Amino acid sequence: MTDDIEIKDKAAWDAAEKVADYEHGWSSDIETDFAPKGLNEDTVRFISAKKNEPEWMLEWRLKAFAMWKTMEAPDWAKLNVPPIDYQDAYYYAAPKAKPKLNSLEEVDPEILRVYEKLGIPIAEQKLLAGVEGGEDGGLPQRRVAVDAVFDSVSVATTFRAELERAGVIFRSISEAIKEYPDLVRKYLGKIVPMHDNYFATLNCAVFSDGTFVYIPEGVRCPMELSTYFRINAENTGQFERTLIVADKGSYVSYLEGCTAPMRDENQLHAAVVELVALDDAEIKYSTVQNWYPGDAEGKGGIYNFVTKRALCQGRNSKVSWTQVETGSAVTWKYPSCVLNGENSVGEFYSVAVTNNHQQADTGTKMIHNGKGSRSTIVSKGISAGHSNNTYRGLVRVAPNAEGVRNFTQCDSLLLGSLSGAHTVPYIEVRNPSAQIEHEATTSKISDDQMFYAMARGLNAEEAVALIVNGFAKEVLQQLPMEFAVEAQKLLGISLEGSVG
Amino acid sequence: MLQINNLHANVGDKPILKGLTLSLNAGEIHAVMGPNGAGKSTLGYVLSGRPGYEVTEGSVTFNGQDLLALEPHERAAAGLFLGFQYPVEIPGVSNVQFLREALNAQRKYRGEAPLTGGEFLKVAREQAGALGMDMEMLKRPVNVGFSGGEKKRNEMVQMGIIDPALAILDETDSGLDIDALRTVGDGINRIMRKPDKAVLLITHYQRLLDYVKPDFVHVLDGGRITRTGGAELALELERDGYKELAA
Repeated sequence: MTDDIEIKDKAAWDAAEKVADYEHGWSSDIETDFAPKGLNEDTVRFISAKKNEPEWMLEWRLKAFAMWKTMEAPDWAKLNVPPIDYQDAYYYAAPKAKPKLNSLEEVDPEILRVYEKLGIPIAEQKLLAGVEGGEDGGLPQRRVAVDAVFDSVSVATTFRAELERAGVIFRSISEAIKEYPDLVRKYLGKIVPMHDNYFATLNCAVFSDGTFVYIPEGVRCPMELSTYFRINAENTGQFERTLIVADKGSYVSYLEGCTAPMRDENQLHAAVVELVALDDAEIKYSTVQNWYPGDAEGKGGIYNFVTKRALCQGRNSKVSWTQVETGSAVTWKYPSCVLNGENSVGEFYSVAVTNNHQQADTGTKMIHNGKGSRSTIVSKGISAGHSNNTYRGLVRVAPNAEGVRNFTQCDSLLLGSLSGAHTVPYIEVRNPSAQIEHEATTSKISDDQMFYAMARGLNAEEAVALIVNGFAKEVLQQLPMEFAVEAQKLLGISLEGSVG
Repeated sequence: MLQINNLHANVGDKPILKGLTLSLNAGEIHAVMGPNGAGKSTLGYVLSGRPGYEVTEGSVTFNGQDLLALEPHERAAAGLFLGFQYPVEIPGVSNVQFLREALNAQRKYRGEAPLTGGEFLKVAREQAGALGMDMEMLKRPVNVGFSGGEKKRNEMVQMGIIDPALAILDETDSGLDIDALRTVGDGINRIMRKPDKAVLLITHYQRLLDYVKPDFVHVLDGGRITRTGGAELALELERDGYKELAA
């Protein structure tokens, strides 16, 4: 019962209340170790050297960089993006932390303070307090392991020991490259190939850090895995790299949440996320993205150009993407599933909110190669202010894929008369047995609904938040509980100033 | 409690209320009756502050406050409740969530502590039970898929939970069968028939008044109160019709 979330989960609710005061417009004074400004082969070598990477990794990066130089930025999305000067940015910034950290206490207190200020780590706030108490007593029932990405480097990983007892590998990708080179090499760049697209190629060359997860055969990951991304250094492009491998019959739920401080310069974020699910494995990947969207006039804000793709390689494998996108000035993002396995399942649940001058072009691709593969797409777009919100999706059924089913639902909600909602579904079916359904609606919040809610005591903004949350409920209820509460708050916050 | 003095109001450019004067004291139940287009629903909307209903002249005070200066949610927090003739559907938002947020928004406005989930559910359960509404319905989205009668019953449950000082009930009896009418009538008496509360019942028909006995009956016609009497006036109207009365 999502209705009772706030009732059951006081701690989460309280923390979410803090989130409501979205005043992330500060930057903390953590010394940053910059790579020289600009992008060339030396930058790539600097990053690789800084991370003590093996030779094969450097070569891979250099190959990607050479490839990237020959490519052009895509412009097919319904986005208006000014040209980006790639030479006018830093590609590596690491907090000057102690060289090796085994627990959160060793983390720069300034960094911990930042997390506290964010109010974001909901269950984690307890964990932060409880870390030294060990893993037996006083921990909340809901277990979340945090791999904190502060700027570009993972500074701490909690619960590593317990995860390791279960055989789960949860590491920063830099560590994994050194400790588990065979596993990493087997999958890195195999789901999103190096040449996939301009931003993915750039990421291959300069990715700074990220997360690696491996769930062994038959293991149900004993806790939610969570990474908080945060961009905290001026002009620092953030190039995260995530790779999650779920071996046969395993299960993992992974949470990714983001918030960024206020900046005038546009900041580029080009992450790559690769997921692999083998036979009977399931991955649930949830994102709440709340990066700085720019001010009311459209100044500043994050460029969020992310490539996320899952390979449902095994029979009966399943990947479920859930995203709540409220932040960023520009979002270009299509978390997708390549459904190779027989009877594999792909799901995409999305809420995208745009306000003021934000632009979002987001959706998914469901590539049905496996027999009996199924996919569900539920997209809820909410546009306010002068913003534009586009759903762009592809459902493709290969000639040999018998018995494929897809259901797509795209709903758009408009606030005010200056915002835009667009739906661009591509459907390519090459097998006549496929059953494809597509439903789409566009609506506005009615005056009747607004007045009804206000006559019961809600002010205009509370009324909008309530109605919008109802509109997005099908998606929100897919989120793990701590994210659902936070996301509900965020929707309201994101739409502040959109009525009146 | 409520003093309406020479109230004029337009909907768009069209004058609907044309000098309406009416006074309600605590402990009283008033019925406003009148033909279609007399301005009955407009009166409810103007009093609760619906955008698009413009007051051009006159004043309304509610417990000494200038009601017309308040936003709709402020009027709710001040103790005014509007029972809707056509309750609105809000997909995806459960009644429980809707009412808890609304009630706590009111409490916050009044400087009171919010009700916890447990406290709220206790109140909700009591009120739903008293009105014969299944708790399962309270968990469903607001009015979505409710029958006309269920929607009206839901308005009464909301009124019970919010516990206002003044209820303006706009055609709460329409769409109700005899049994539901009795339930709703009992609900109004139980929740609002108190020395510190007042009710303004807006209705076409006298049948609800069999269950909720008004202290005063007013005839609203052409945007003003044309006649005021006791409960017997409703019976007279029922027998003779508004035309006869106007003649």
